[in-house]
Amino acid sequence: MIFEVFRQERKGQAFMHGGSFHAPNREFADAYAREFYARRGESVALWVVPREEIVEIDEFPDEFDLKYRRVDGYSIKARLKEARERAGTLQG
Amino acid sequence: MDPRTHDFLEFVQGGGQVETGDWMPDEYRARLIKFIEMHGNSELMGVLPERDWILRAPTLQRKLALTAKIQDEVGHCQLIYRVVEDLGKPREACLDDLISGKSKFHNVFHYPTRSWGDVGVIAWLVDAAAIISQKALLKCSYAPYARVMKKVCWEESFHILHGRDTVLAMVTGTPEQFELVQEALLRWWEPLMHFHGTPIPAEEDPMFVWRIKSQANEDARQQFLDGYVPQILELGLELPDQKLRKNEDGVWEYTEPDWDKLMAVVTGHGPASQERLAFRRLSRADVDWVSRAMLSEAA
Repeated sequence: MIFEVFRQERKGQAFMHGGSFHAPNREFADAYAREFYARRGESVALWVVPREEIVEIDEFPDEFDLKYRRVDGYSIKARLKEARERAGTLQG
Repeated sequence: MDPRTHDFLEFVQGGGQVETGDWMPDEYRARLIKFIEMHGNSELMGVLPERDWILRAPTLQRKLALTAKIQDEVGHCQLIYRVVEDLGKPREACLDDLISGKSKFHNVFHYPTRSWGDVGVIAWLVDAAAIISQKALLKCSYAPYARVMKKVCWEESFHILHGRDTVLAMVTGTPEQFELVQEALLRWWEPLMHFHGTPIPAEEDPMFVWRIKSQANEDARQQFLDGYVPQILELGLELPDQKLRKNEDGVWEYTEPDWDKLMAVVTGHGPASQERLAFRRLSRADVDWVSRAMLSEAA
């Protein structure tokens, strides 16, 4: 079985992918993960996951151009100018 | 060259990095496998010269440090073979090709270790030469390999310190201890000069063209000489090359190493090549029952 390891370097930080190894079961995976990724105190926590349990998604089509959900979907410059003109607060 | 390969080449030459599932040209994949497999082989074969000294280490502290270093190297081998496996070549096939002599391992692991002085020189200078090559792989166009290198380089830095400390203890000891280091250094100088390979220009080196390596061989050797020759000489140690000097342009000049000899060594004709391979065959047969027990556990 191949296990993928994610390691956290310091409390509060995100877990980052560290690498993978072969292990016959979870018990060995636990021991190997400690030896490979935490022997010198380089990790404060590890996530050890069987590779087949990971769902990878790497395509994100945006067929309907849903940009109203993103900041680049809004251009407020012209409207802001108009609003300031109306209010009489437009500078220079 | 087909347009897809052309685009790929442009992508990696522009600093782009590739993941396991991405499309890649067959030649790129084949070169990656060969190169990374040889790196894995070298980690595994590299523990054998040091293994010979675990029982003969002069103090308990040195024995433990050497054992820890060996554990690191075997761990590197496992991580690196995992990268090869994901590219399509199983670990068992790597081990088969290693012991049959079909694949190669690094020149420095084809030499015997005659004294404790060798252990210091290997851990200090061979690892220093290796870390220069490995740091240049942190920018490898194949991202999973570059990520593994981060951990490998970090651990190698301990090895260099362990080696330097061992050497310092000996050069500050008795005249006999000093002589052990000096004698080992004279023997190891040629393999060290061979280590980074022939001075092939980067643009002609396919490994650089595909950006598997990010540095020309000669640049790596220059970096090694620049970093370590002063550190060697300041200890009062001597090097065997009378031509070795840094010229006015800051470039190290040296006697041209015998490149045919390097080729002979890495193709299995080094002084310890066959003995090491025989030992690897023996230990593979010896621990076969462990693999079988583990696999039945996994099933």
